[in-house]
Amino acid sequence: MSAVSAASVRANQVARVAKDVRRVILYVVTISLSLLFMFPFLWTVSSSLKTVGDILAYPPTLLPSVIQWQNYLVAWEQASFGIYAQNSVIVTSLSLIGTVSSSFFVAYGFARFRFPLRGFLFTVVLSTMLLPYEVTLIPIFLLFRTVGWVDTWLPLIVPSYFGGGAFNIFLFRQFIMTIPYELDEAALIDGASRVRILWNIIVPSAKPALATVGVLAFIGAWNDFMGPLIFLNSQEKFTVSLGLYALRNYVGEPGEPKDHLLMAGAVMATIPIVILFFVAQKYFVQGIVTTGLKG
Amino acid sequence: MASVAKAASASRGFRGGIDPLGEIKSMSAARRREALQGYLFIAPWVIGFLSFTFYPMISSFWYSFNDYKILTPAVWVGLRNYLYAFTGKPLGADGDPLFWLSLLRTLTWGVVTVPLAVFGALLTAVLLNQAARGTSIYRTCFFLPSLTPGVAAILLWTWILQPQIGVFNSVIKAATGLQGPNWLGSMEWALPSLAMISLWSAVGGSRMIIFLAALQGVPKEVYESAKVDGANAIQSWWHITVPLITPAIFFNLLLGIIGSFHVFTSAFVATGGGPAYATYFYALHLYNQAFKSFDMGYASALAWILFVIIMAFTLVQIKLSDRWVYYEAAR
Repeated sequence: MSAVSAASVRANQVARVAKDVRRVILYVVTISLSLLFMFPFLWTVSSSLKTVGDILAYPPTLLPSVIQWQNYLVAWEQASFGIYAQNSVIVTSLSLIGTVSSSFFVAYGFARFRFPLRGFLFTVVLSTMLLPYEVTLIPIFLLFRTVGWVDTWLPLIVPSYFGGGAFNIFLFRQFIMTIPYELDEAALIDGASRVRILWNIIVPSAKPALATVGVLAFIGAWNDFMGPLIFLNSQEKFTVSLGLYALRNYVGEPGEPKDHLLMAGAVMATIPIVILFFVAQKYFVQGIVTTGLKG
Repeated sequence: MASVAKAASASRGFRGGIDPLGEIKSMSAARRREALQGYLFIAPWVIGFLSFTFYPMISSFWYSFNDYKILTPAVWVGLRNYLYAFTGKPLGADGDPLFWLSLLRTLTWGVVTVPLAVFGALLTAVLLNQAARGTSIYRTCFFLPSLTPGVAAILLWTWILQPQIGVFNSVIKAATGLQGPNWLGSMEWALPSLAMISLWSAVGGSRMIIFLAALQGVPKEVYESAKVDGANAIQSWWHITVPLITPAIFFNLLLGIIGSFHVFTSAFVATGGGPAYATYFYALHLYNQAFKSFDMGYASALAWILFVIIMAFTLVQIKLSDRWVYYEAAR
């Protein structure tokens, strides 16, 4: 008897050790992968704080010998990142407002009103998600060229006020349909207008969906490169992404270093996204999961 | 009472009429009011669809049969733009020398990066799903690269891959004494370098989150009962997990393939399509035709060829999916 129980105790111990080993391997792999993914960021931040001498040193040093906060000041003022950032904030916030309000408005129409062709029109909304942007890019460019909007921010802002994107309409519609229609009916009987119902009943209940679409719209507009590349020509109108690209292609005097400024610029372009991610992490995840499960 | 209201709201579907005007006329005043209000609410989308989707589609289809270089009026040339594309090297001598090349580069890109990205995303999702502590920290580490603005991501990698003083080649030199490759500047390594950059930003992004949600959606009881029946970890992975997450795998593959045809920013910023066209992707070619040469007619033809290819891939994928995607019957 005692031999058997000793064996089973040992078997238990072996199993426990095996489990511990597996867990240790799991954590080692996960943590080293995380560090690998974060390394480019850390390296960039470190490079952005180096002196010109440090950044060109071979072999490269992990950390700056003297921390050069003024790199950011130089990038902000002399390399125009202050202007680019201001432009990006204007373009992003105006198109964000357009995307969220317009797609919400349209989704409310699809979710709460009966009208002929509703199903057909909603299918059209969904099918536009499959359309590659290249097919519409050239005529849209020619259209804005004809109305004289090239080299203004209008092509980056105005379209978002007309529908706000098929996926966003879809997401809002799904969300609004989960809000009980009895609430609308009660308000209608009390004589409330449809706009008031939208504002007083639907909007307050749809806050998570609004945050999700808002976050995705912010990322989309802030990170947009193709739009500014095609529509903007004057440097004083550039957004951060296009400004970074312009600085990279800028040929100064021979040997004039710009890598530390490029790194500072890349950090500044990324910081708003990182902050937004930490503030609104769960809305990111929600938005993506909706795409995956229902798209 | 509640059930009456429910039945009323359930009947609020579209009834499939094909004569909207006739239908509106036959409505009661209240219903007509509701329909008109509905149209008013969706009006912004209707205007946007007509001016930024429908009209541009018709228009680019029309331009694709025209010689149109912006400054002079469009001239009808029939199929010439399409022929020019298809008869380029290696299928002909007179056509666009870069059409097949750029298409081949793009397909290579898709074949290399999509399976790797989807597999990598699944792997990281499995890791995250296993880890008991600190999941949100790891998730953040994996996720942030996918949110980094494309240009910034390329710039930070260009700096890491800098051949002389970049951190990669410095480590290679210190470890082996050999000079590392020229990365983005070399014919052989430019495409792999871009692939590596794209994996960095693609593995931990939305794909991973979708897989994570799918993995968490597999009911725990199924694993437990399989364990009782004597299944080991590998068996329950292949016979429970994989079948139940096939919709997520399918979705990620489909979106990955579609996305791979649009690859633009990374090559445009990092290599400009070079060296010697090693990373000259289709979207880059299209951009150059449209916005460098201002050959809008030919660029429109390129766009429509791309459209047809993407649609074909999508349909084939959806057809194939019937064979291996498992959807829960209850859905």
